[in-house]
Amino acid sequence: MLQTISILLENKPGALLRVTGVLSARGYNIESLTVAKTLDPQLSRMTIVVDVEDRIRTQVVKQINKLVNVLQATDMTDTPAVIREMVLVRVRCPQDSRTTVLKEAEIFHSRVVDSSTEGFAIEATGDPEKLDEFIEVMRSYGEIDVARSGAIAMSLEARKLRLQPPVPAPAAAQVL
Amino acid sequence: MTESGKLMNGAEILLECLAREGVDCFFGYPGGVTLPFYDALYESHIRHILVRHEENACFAAEGYARATGKVGVCCATSGPGATNLVTGLVDAMMDSIPLVAITGQVTSKLIGSDAFQEADTFGITRSATKHNYMVKSIAELPQIVHEAFYIAASGRPGPVLVDIPKDVFQARGHYTPVDSIHLPGYKVFTEGHAGQIRRAAQLIWEAERPFVYAGGGTVLGKASEELAELVNLADLPAVCTLMALGSLSSANKNFISMPGMHGSYAANMGMTECDLLIALGTRFDDRVTGQLSAFARHARVIHVDIDPAEVGKNRVPDIPIVGDVKRVLQKLNKAVKELEPEFGSKTAAARASWWTRIRDWQAEHPYDRSRAENEIKPQHLMDEIDRLSGGQAIVTSDVGQHQMWAAQLIRFNEPHLWINSGGLGAMGFGLPSALGAQMARPDKLVFAICGDGGFQMSIPELATIASHALPIKIIVMNNGYLGMVRQWQTLFYNNRLSSVELDCFPDAEKLAGAYGFKGRTIDKPWQLAQALEEAVKEPGPYLLNVKVTRDENVYPMVPAGGAIHEMVLGPPQPVEVA
Repeated sequence: MLQTISILLENKPGALLRVTGVLSARGYNIESLTVAKTLDPQLSRMTIVVDVEDRIRTQVVKQINKLVNVLQATDMTDTPAVIREMVLVRVRCPQDSRTTVLKEAEIFHSRVVDSSTEGFAIEATGDPEKLDEFIEVMRSYGEIDVARSGAIAMSLEARKLRLQPPVPAPAAAQVL
Repeated sequence: MTESGKLMNGAEILLECLAREGVDCFFGYPGGVTLPFYDALYESHIRHILVRHEENACFAAEGYARATGKVGVCCATSGPGATNLVTGLVDAMMDSIPLVAITGQVTSKLIGSDAFQEADTFGITRSATKHNYMVKSIAELPQIVHEAFYIAASGRPGPVLVDIPKDVFQARGHYTPVDSIHLPGYKVFTEGHAGQIRRAAQLIWEAERPFVYAGGGTVLGKASEELAELVNLADLPAVCTLMALGSLSSANKNFISMPGMHGSYAANMGMTECDLLIALGTRFDDRVTGQLSAFARHARVIHVDIDPAEVGKNRVPDIPIVGDVKRVLQKLNKAVKELEPEFGSKTAAARASWWTRIRDWQAEHPYDRSRAENEIKPQHLMDEIDRLSGGQAIVTSDVGQHQMWAAQLIRFNEPHLWINSGGLGAMGFGLPSALGAQMARPDKLVFAICGDGGFQMSIPELATIASHALPIKIIVMNNGYLGMVRQWQTLFYNNRLSSVELDCFPDAEKLAGAYGFKGRTIDKPWQLAQALEEAVKEPGPYLLNVKVTRDENVYPMVPAGGAIHEMVLGPPQPVEVA
């Protein structure tokens, strides 16, 4: 079963690799991964969708939480959360089906971002399953190209972020 | 003495950091990009021990750390120097040994250009370390180095690597004192949950068949005293894992022995039959538990560990306590004392019969200490080393049969005496780790017990040992085989011995002589006691090559994946044909 993990981590070189390393070291393939900075530019928010066996799901999140650069890793799979993704679809369609394509786009609340004699480029957002359907529908009208963003997630629960306070560095302060 | 206001180069700043962290000696091997560092070292009071291979620098630093509980430090140059450290880093990672590794890196502007002796050390060592750094500028150097020491030693200890490009060593700047370390994501849990500790104390009194399972965390967490107090307070039988030997003194009457694949009958039966397992600073390793579903199947489990990821990883405990084992034990002992009047006598009768069963198991199947008339049995060798050590000497080992016999038969009355590669099982660990241990503890008698395989992986360090006249007693348990692999081929591969025979071994007297110290080979049981005594009396290093019974197997043995109570106790008995 797919697991969605949301991770708040320091925006530092190698931090991304450490997180994905926990998964790849156990042979898990990442389905999608998004990462961008947060309101605090020193921090990034990462959302990973990965197919991890149930047996070790907790273990994987604990191991990610152990990473020095990770402030918080949360399993969003079974908690109240909004999970959304964006897709860009370029559909080539013959003149006679243009109106129908536009109608379909409207049904999915998507937006046309480019239009040419060849067809359209359409932007859609929604939960990943909805986008699967959208892509299927568009494919029925002609040749398409697809770029998906990967899922991003936002927890609907207020989670307390427990951060480690600074500690004095006694050894470092010791004057010789 | 350096003033923090003085203009220094990066190399000098690094040395300033090391001095402030209390580093008195470290192990390394210089190279092109660490030249500026070694130049600064020329005038430093910090001792640098020049090893003969970087892997051994890491093992030696581990020996130093394991013998003292302090952070060990090693250093290597870029490229091959850094890659050679990797085995040692993983070893330290597996056994949670506090270590800081410094590596040189090619000049910043050459990084990524496939420069001479360039390797992606930061990438290569990411999964081999608890954390690692690449230093980008001299300004961040002090902060990073002090953070590295803090991360290595705190929480669940481990190795931290700091990769420093040559131009950072050469750049000039000031040492800025670092007075606080702020790692918001680095969570260290120390105190333990008060309610859980109270419940644990109650369970300890209520249990009819309690059993303490002490792991390496009790050594790393310096919790020996507290462990002994707990065991004595509630008269609990206790085993120490391979990583914990000495944490509860072998002389303690409640110490049973080591559990696991080659653990004693009593230890494994105790683990299987107990109704309460008190697991302290341990990770339910497969070599201890055997088949998990059969492990401690009647027991409720209290699991104390500083690493939340270990709690529930292999066995879901009834009472999980995430915290520093020393702090938790202090509180637990207090609670145990408080609850004694209320609960102490209720289970006394059941406890007495539990002890009788354990003593019976011990009497029924003690470790094999057999001797032979015409050859030296490996067990005989360990027995004699034990006699000379008296529970006091530092003993390091490689990996394999000799390691198991040493762990079974040699007593350790304190922690930090038994030094071996437990989790990773790295051959060639015994000799270099003895080097580091002897450097750290010049007052101690140090035995490096090596197999003839592992010894031949670390021969280069004989030079280091000779050059510092370290009085290490190198004892090679020589059976002419990669003994443990041979044992498995014998038992599980129909005795088809494939590439396990070590048919050539150097003449010990000549080999040691070539490095300027004494060596000897013996193969008769009547030579053993005297030869070992002579080695111990020798003021310098000594290489004793002991030819032992070739095809002896280590027992008891739990076949891989088997349940620990189904251990094989000895070789199949010959069947008489009528």
